[in-house]
Amino acid sequence: MSAPATLLAVRDLNVYLAESHILQGVSFDVVAGGITGLLGRNGVGKTTTLRGILGLVPRTGSVTLEGAETTKLPTHEIVRRGVAYVPEDRDVFAGLTVEENLRLAERAGAPHRYDLVYELFPELQQRAAQKAGTLSGGQQQMVALARALLNGDNRILLIDEPTKGLAPLVVRHVVDALRRAAEIATILLVEQNLSVAHSLVRNVIVLDQGRVSFTGEVDHLMGDPALARRHLGLATAGSH
Amino acid sequence: MTTIALLLITGLGLGALYFLIAAGLSLIWGLMRVLNFAHGAFFTVAAYAGWSASGLAGGASPEVQWLLALAVAVLAGGAFATLTEVLLIRPLYTRHVGQVLVTVGLALATISLVQGGFGSDPKRLALPAWMTGTIAIAGANIPTTRLVVIAFALAVFALLIFFLRRTRFGLIVRAGVENRAMVQALGIDVQRAFTLVFAIGGAAAGLAGMLAGTYYGTIDPGRGTSMLIFAFIVVIIGGLGSVTGSAVAAIVVGVLQQFLNFYGAAGVGDFSVVLLLAVVLLVRPGGFSGSST
Repeated sequence: MSAPATLLAVRDLNVYLAESHILQGVSFDVVAGGITGLLGRNGVGKTTTLRGILGLVPRTGSVTLEGAETTKLPTHEIVRRGVAYVPEDRDVFAGLTVEENLRLAERAGAPHRYDLVYELFPELQQRAAQKAGTLSGGQQQMVALARALLNGDNRILLIDEPTKGLAPLVVRHVVDALRRAAEIATILLVEQNLSVAHSLVRNVIVLDQGRVSFTGEVDHLMGDPALARRHLGLATAGSH
Repeated sequence: MTTIALLLITGLGLGALYFLIAAGLSLIWGLMRVLNFAHGAFFTVAAYAGWSASGLAGGASPEVQWLLALAVAVLAGGAFATLTEVLLIRPLYTRHVGQVLVTVGLALATISLVQGGFGSDPKRLALPAWMTGTIAIAGANIPTTRLVVIAFALAVFALLIFFLRRTRFGLIVRAGVENRAMVQALGIDVQRAFTLVFAIGGAAAGLAGMLAGTYYGTIDPGRGTSMLIFAFIVVIIGGLGSVTGSAVAAIVVGVLQQFLNFYGAAGVGDFSVVLLLAVVLLVRPGGFSGSST
């Protein structure tokens, strides 16, 4: 059986913000298909890694998508090659309606999956004319996920803490949507809720102080209390 | 009553000029975070380009001369602004001090060049005969030019609102005013929106340059700079990035200035506008409107 193909390869990624060396030579691969988790304690550089892949922060090193170098490209060109982004704070455009938020995400030449988006999040269709700034946190997360899912040619979704600050019922809804999304695109998921992460991801990359401290299968990490404690600071491991 | 009507409509005319300058400034700041001190230079260069074109068409009727001047001013303002964005602002997007220095420098150099080329004396603008008369409104004889300026500002306001609310570029501009990085993260080349906004802002400033010549009857090298100061005040009072806010603030500033300059001592109107700015900054720091249109 052949090894799964690498979709995204990050090599020696370094990011400096002000005087701080946030990412210190981060390297990892994301294989095509399914959800790969990017885990670690608060402030270790998970969000910066996603922003570095997209070129939203100045960085050195190399990022390749299906073998093609993207490091020198501006952010919008990287995105047009099939990288979608769901930021930690959702970053919906508060002054635009839900429909305008989605229309803005439409990319020329890409098939638009409104059917899928409205099937996953029927509320968005009902609230199409509502200003996104007046939506609840869960509804804003739906808009952010919908924008990433809309274009049929997206190959990888970079999703940053999609369940942060959401009610348990909404978390379940988001988890279901992520499972469905993983059927059509590869996902690199940053998630602080480890039970959510454990239920969704197959492989994990753990960051610690701006460096990769662990890569492997999530069951291996979470099933070994000593390993989980060392990399994630957990008192106990194996939680679901 | 007649005095009030005259002051009100004259104030609205002045506010219309402020709006035409402020709308571009506001969008440029809102989308690009560029404090464009060269906006007054767009106004001045466009006014002189229009006046020159009018002179070259000396054999034509005043109507044709005036319309030609207006069209040339709009094109010159837009072209000058586009070149400024591409050649001077684009390399300095992340360097705000550099932007301020280069736009201040461009403004000073441009005004000096215009003075050197055309002299400091005001230049008389050829106006159609119907525009030099007055129209009686509420018993007051209102100079027709005031109504012309107001009509153009209303048309520009309607066009800008249509552009912002009904076109994809407008959607990009409104979203970019809120969160530029996220617009890029949706795969949109925000750079093209920057250039377009600069061009639109420059064209509106160019139109203001020619309409100010129509309003006052003459053009001179210093008017762009003096009007820019009040346009900046309008932008801040209206809310950075908001065209509607700028329109409301321009009316308030123009009318307030006219009334207080007439009823108060000399300069009271100008001072009161600065005072209004201070009050708005204290009470409502985001200005009249925080929205992007």
